[in-house]
Amino acid sequence: MKSHTISVLLQNKPGVLSRVTGLFSGRGYNIESLCVAETLEPGISCLTLVSRGDDSIIEQITKQLHKLIDVIKVTDISEKEYVEREMVLIRVKAESTTRAEVLRVIDIFRGKVVDVSAKSYAVEVTGPASKIQAVIDILRPIGIKEIIRTGTIAMARADKKK
Amino acid sequence: MGKITGAQAIIKCLQEEGVKTLFGYPGGAVIDLYDALMDSDIDNVLVRHEQGAVHAADAFSRVTGEVGVALLTSGPGATNGVTGIATAYMDSIPMVVLTGQVPRHLIGNDAFQEVDIVGITRPCTKHNYLVSNKEDIVPVLREAFYIARTGRPGPVLVDLPKDLVASLVSYPEKKPIRMQNYQPTYEPHIGQITKACKLIMKARKPVLYVGGGVILSDASHELTKLATRLNIPVTMTLMGLGGFPGTHELSLGMLGMHGSYTANMAVAQSDLLIAVGARFDDRVTGKLEEFASNAKIVHIDIDPTSISKNVSVDVPIVADCKYALQAMNKYFDAETNFDIKEEAARHQPWFDTIKEWRQEHPMRFHDDDIIIKPQYVIQKLEELTGGDAIITTEVGQNQMWAAQYYRFDKPRHFVTSGGLGTMGFGLPAAIGAQMAFPNKTVIDVAGDGSIQMNIQELATAKQQGLPVKVAILNNNYLGMVRQWQELFYNKRYASTVMEVAPDFVELAKAFGAVGLRATKKSEVEGVIKEALATDNIVVMDFNINREEGVYPMVPAGKANTEMLLV
Repeated sequence: MKSHTISVLLQNKPGVLSRVTGLFSGRGYNIESLCVAETLEPGISCLTLVSRGDDSIIEQITKQLHKLIDVIKVTDISEKEYVEREMVLIRVKAESTTRAEVLRVIDIFRGKVVDVSAKSYAVEVTGPASKIQAVIDILRPIGIKEIIRTGTIAMARADKKK
Repeated sequence: MGKITGAQAIIKCLQEEGVKTLFGYPGGAVIDLYDALMDSDIDNVLVRHEQGAVHAADAFSRVTGEVGVALLTSGPGATNGVTGIATAYMDSIPMVVLTGQVPRHLIGNDAFQEVDIVGITRPCTKHNYLVSNKEDIVPVLREAFYIARTGRPGPVLVDLPKDLVASLVSYPEKKPIRMQNYQPTYEPHIGQITKACKLIMKARKPVLYVGGGVILSDASHELTKLATRLNIPVTMTLMGLGGFPGTHELSLGMLGMHGSYTANMAVAQSDLLIAVGARFDDRVTGKLEEFASNAKIVHIDIDPTSISKNVSVDVPIVADCKYALQAMNKYFDAETNFDIKEEAARHQPWFDTIKEWRQEHPMRFHDDDIIIKPQYVIQKLEELTGGDAIITTEVGQNQMWAAQYYRFDKPRHFVTSGGLGTMGFGLPAAIGAQMAFPNKTVIDVAGDGSIQMNIQELATAKQQGLPVKVAILNNNYLGMVRQWQELFYNKRYASTVMEVAPDFVELAKAFGAVGLRATKKSEVEGVIKEALATDNIVVMDFNINREEGVYPMVPAGKANTEMLLV
């Protein structure tokens, strides 16, 4: 069961997201992550969705998504070369003994501190889901208080030949 | 053009879309619409329950091919329609359901008779709308009709807030509808058609497996041409009955759980299965791994999601059935190396085998000289109507007996809830069909359980002067569940004995209809003849053999070849 990243262009109308999520729950498919926001074109949004399944399940998911009247285009971009990014906000314990360690880790992951208190830092890190998971795993022993992840957004790479 | 009310605009738009009949039930949220309806020539059928309105609109569509229309009020009016909407959705019936909604400023406030019907019906409509701007009313309605009738058809719901319906709007000019996001594929890919035709020419044991899509796309003529010129036997799903003449020599009848022995054996042993507008429903395939396991599969369907959903397909053809079959016929017209007689000769051993199966295990039942057998009633209905009646059914044993023993020669003459299996469908469906064809004989084949679910619609038929006939196969049981309990639950008849039922003859009279009863076989013919000769609504109460079962039967989870026979 492979993880697939599916990009969906859809009309930005009330209830559209509910149609998408309803399709998944109604057919017993799982959504691992879902991100949606407007595109360059007003009224059209791009939704990036990560799901897991064998080939026939993923085929059904893409076909069923395409069948929704408000959906314009469905692309399984994991079939192509693509870039993916996710952002995480992590509130991590940062007391006198660990502050320097946290900063070192964040620096290695090219993150930055976005909020500071006497006992904690809030840090921001972006990157592929695997990198986000790695920074979480490394900071966990220091003491993570809270994390918020955005879920994956992804874009197919441009055709280099043209 | 000056401004008119939203309600007037809606009615005008319905007329523009060719609507002549709608089915509904008024309420506070749609009172303006009903008021505007009085000034139009659209027939409005006042039902007794909203479920009946939607089923009637659905059946109107099934028999005419037009978009059925139901008009319901907000809240409970709308929720009462949900079963009907889901029924139409499962069977891909083009329908527009208009629901009233509370005024916009009250939406989301738990107002009186408010319900999020768009949210509720999202999984069981092809699409749905809550209109939020008065200038959108007409464009949305036009789009709703377009979506309902194009591609794989289906029900579309339009929720209309009362303040918009009452407001003044301008009536936009009609323009062709173009939707960036919705472009069904009608024309088949010619390469795939060629592949399919080559497979047909190679096959020695081909079978056409035909579903409701053939009827929805009016492709019976093309199908019959293809089957007869190439001598390919045809089996039909419940929804496909009438898509190919049931009395034709090439017809194997229905396949699947209650299909004929011949059809199930032919599919199991075929080397090529050509599925046309059918979706490999679990009631059809039985144990999936053993369904047509030696056959190459060609699948024609307008809905890409239906293809390779349950079985893996060798040649997928996404197209309207009619266009795909036309393209196949055209291919064979142009094929000069092809000799039709030779092709028929190549199929001869296959026909001989089929003939043997048919002789060994025809559709049969143990008739009785005195007790009424339900199959006998259905056979008599076919005989005495000349096979020309529109038969609607409820759901259960009655439905299966009707499917097995009434041979439908023409499409759009068998109206049944296939996908959802909705009890209570048949009587309102008969009303919808009779509204469409006032001069045809319309008979609802019912069970005593099902008929009690929407029997109040006898009043609707009476008010409209529709002479529908109801044939109740009365066994004082919820017969199909009882049959399962008998076979698989050690005869523990949990809640399937209908100990108390109305006296249907007296009940018919109470509605102003005619009630007739047959308690023994010798009375059946007389009752049917009298019913057919009566202008009024007739309820026929046939007291059938209580423990009669539907056979053949494939137990759930078994292969179609493991049929229980009589």
